[in-house]
Amino acid sequence: MAQITLKNLAHSYSATPTSDADYALKQMDHVWQDGGAYALLGSSGCGKTTLLNIISGLLRPSQGRVLFGDRDVTDSETAERNIAQVFQFPVVYDTMTVRENLAFPLRNRGMDPAYIKARVAAIAQTIGMEATLDRKARGLTADAKQKISLGRGMVREDVNAILFDEPLTVIDPHMKWELRTQLKQLHREFGHTMIYVTHDQTEALTFADKVVVMYDGRVVQMGTPEELFETPAHTFVGYFIGSPGMNLLNAAVVGNVAHLQGVDVALGAAYAPQTGRTQIGIRPEYCALSATEGLPITIRRVEDVGRHRIIRGEVAGQVVNVIAAEGAAIGADQTRVRFEPARINVYADDWRVQGGAV
Amino acid sequence: MEKTQNNKAWFLVLPVLIVVAFSAVIPLMTVVNYSVNDTFGQNDFFWNGLGWFEEMISSDRMHAALGRQVLFSAIILAIEVPLGIFVALNMPKKGFWASFCLVLMALPLLIPFNVVGTIWQIFCRPDIGLLGRGLTNIGIDYNYTNDALDAWITIIVMDVWHWTSLVALLCYAGLQSIPQAYYQAAKIDQASRWSVFRYIELPKMSGVLLIAVLLRFMDSFMIYTEPFVLTGGGPGNSTTFLSIDLVKMAVGQFDLGPAAAFSIMYFLVILLVSWVFYTVMTTLDAQETK
Amino acid sequence: MMKNRASLITMTIYLLFLLIPIYWLINMSLKTNTEITSTFSLVPNKLTFANYVTILTDPSWYMGYVNSMIYVVLNTLISITVALPAAYAFSRYNFMGDKHLFFWLLTNRMSPPAVFALPFFQLYSSIGLFDTHIAVALAHCLFNVPLAVWILEGFMRGVPKEIDETAYIDGYSFPRFFIRIFMPLVASGIGVAAFFCFMFSWVELLLSRTLTAVNAKSIAATMTRTVSASGMDWGVLAAAGVLTIIPGALVIYFVRNYIAKGFALGRV
Repeated sequence: MAQITLKNLAHSYSATPTSDADYALKQMDHVWQDGGAYALLGSSGCGKTTLLNIISGLLRPSQGRVLFGDRDVTDSETAERNIAQVFQFPVVYDTMTVRENLAFPLRNRGMDPAYIKARVAAIAQTIGMEATLDRKARGLTADAKQKISLGRGMVREDVNAILFDEPLTVIDPHMKWELRTQLKQLHREFGHTMIYVTHDQTEALTFADKVVVMYDGRVVQMGTPEELFETPAHTFVGYFIGSPGMNLLNAAVVGNVAHLQGVDVALGAAYAPQTGRTQIGIRPEYCALSATEGLPITIRRVEDVGRHRIIRGEVAGQVVNVIAAEGAAIGADQTRVRFEPARINVYADDWRVQGGAV
Repeated sequence: MEKTQNNKAWFLVLPVLIVVAFSAVIPLMTVVNYSVNDTFGQNDFFWNGLGWFEEMISSDRMHAALGRQVLFSAIILAIEVPLGIFVALNMPKKGFWASFCLVLMALPLLIPFNVVGTIWQIFCRPDIGLLGRGLTNIGIDYNYTNDALDAWITIIVMDVWHWTSLVALLCYAGLQSIPQAYYQAAKIDQASRWSVFRYIELPKMSGVLLIAVLLRFMDSFMIYTEPFVLTGGGPGNSTTFLSIDLVKMAVGQFDLGPAAAFSIMYFLVILLVSWVFYTVMTTLDAQETK
Repeated sequence: MMKNRASLITMTIYLLFLLIPIYWLINMSLKTNTEITSTFSLVPNKLTFANYVTILTDPSWYMGYVNSMIYVVLNTLISITVALPAAYAFSRYNFMGDKHLFFWLLTNRMSPPAVFALPFFQLYSSIGLFDTHIAVALAHCLFNVPLAVWILEGFMRGVPKEIDETAYIDGYSFPRFFIRIFMPLVASGIGVAAFFCFMFSWVELLLSRTLTAVNAKSIAATMTRTVSASGMDWGVLAAAGVLTIIPGALVIYFVRNYIAKGFALGRV
């Protein structure tokens, strides 16, 4: 097991990248702690699979180094890196039985048969396939096959890291939850470094200790689920995490006040004067309708989603969503929206600005 | 896909039925008719029952031709299938060189059968052929026109030249359909090259391999033109395969009755062997699934 | 890197094995007969195109190519036309005896042409079609129609059935739907099927030789007969051989991107 360090890493699929846009992965420096459970979150095409393949060694980065612990593995073959990977679609050896499939990575490394037997039994129990151990993998359902892939990924105890590339895409929803719980439990039990690629925020937030949000070939934020929620470092994080995402409003920020539509909105911190596009961001959870205070809002629609209601509205032509408690009354007189000052973040050109004391 | 029950679909099949019936059923009936009749000439036929069949079944000539045929098909299958797989594994996966290899490899498949014979005739003749003369010059006694073994080797090499590409192209297509993730997973599992072949490539190729084996078996069992042009069935009768013998009998000697009986049995043998092949391989496949 | 080098060597050897006999044929076609029989050289000492001139100026030679092309194209057209609706039926419906019918069709692909040569000769003679292009085209349907049905069925199975249903709901009649919507969807399948029909009809000799005499005589037959008549005219024979390779090579070149796909369906 090892800490993974990415040094000046960047990757381009073109041989002669000229501009920033040619890079699928823009230059980055990151350290992934040993034993951490990370989720790589982002929409399709943001470079998360590229990054994963660089870590696993299936792809050689065009620049920068990858370190496992103190060892530079940039030029090492996948097999030498001692990692495990689970792919988006089930990869099983059709002609082998489930048992042989699970034993395969251990056998290839010449492990002791007794150990293999014990290990396979343990993994089979974890993935709930003890009953089908002696069946050929070919006839199994996609669910079962993916479980075998997961099992093969976890069967080795000495791996540096286990990488998951959207492993639950083909699994049905009920099973997804169960497998995710099991992964979490395994992580707690064995303490492997796990990197889990997904575009599903629920998956990422429930699985990981630390979520790495990627956008346009960049890591825009690496933080705990709570940090992503409270202080998104980039407007993309604010928009991507949460349902609905963060409200973003163009505003002029002076000191601890944002001017918007001739109305002053109080902020929780003081800010230096900003250049470029300035926005304030506030989670719908921290907005409330009011009859007297705040910005004038035009309500378009109210959606009842069970535990709470989502009010879709507009402030000065910009979308603002408000989450109201189930029982809260929404009267016709409530034409204004109020923001909790301490929960407001300020963004300059999409990046979060750190505020100072008031 | 779920199919719906609809007997009106017969109307769509009707044109095929008419065309194929015209070119298969009517001639086949003629053959059956000949096979049970004898003639004194002038289209004067009389009933001969199963006489021709009995004669053919016990004829040494047919036994010999059948024996040669089986040996030939067995040898070319044993060479072409492994060689085809091997070539497919070594083909470039994509880009210009992949198309380049594809086009060159498909070339022998589109040469008329008699020209294939001609090419090898010109290539192997001891007097003018590159191979024939080359071998003679380095002191190897090679002459496919009067040495049976040389004739066999030449015909086999010719068939390998002609048809290995078909097996290779089929396998290549099978290999192309394997997702990259399988190779990546194998790398991570530290699978050996042999394991990759045995557990990933071979299972994925099994479908096309079945077709390749069936096609090569059927076509090699029916081979006529290439050996006819190259050796004419000789020297002696050493390369007289079933089709060559049949044409000799029917067209050369005009022994219609025996030839017809021969035809029917020949056809049945091919059908039977193909069916056995097919059943055995699909059941093996089904057992694997269990 | 080792693996790549091994692959390179393997492929080079294999392709050389394929090309050297063809090279020798071309080499022969560019030599005079005296040079062929008297000297032995890897390249022609005296380059001559006389053999090609002979073929391209003598109607009894070049008409062989024309005749072959006519019946090959006819056969491809007939095979594809009748196979299209049948393949559609097999890919979409269950009907009485469908499996048996399909198997029976395939058995025709397995029947040795030698078995059918004589009955064909008698059949076509009796209905006055002997020595016509259509006779050969129809005879080749014996193995090409089952093949075309087989290939097309594979492609059609890949087209979702919802497309048919949507078209019917939109008020398309069956023929209009089939020609306007369905056929473009299986265009590559039609291409692959046509390629194989062309190929098998083009390379076949036994039936085409049996069913033609003068007017529709195929190039394959022309080659065999001229050889026996004029002794050993190796130069002309080689040139004729080279010219038969050209149409095939052209066809392969144009469909090279489809071949792999056609093979991929495992339907040949």
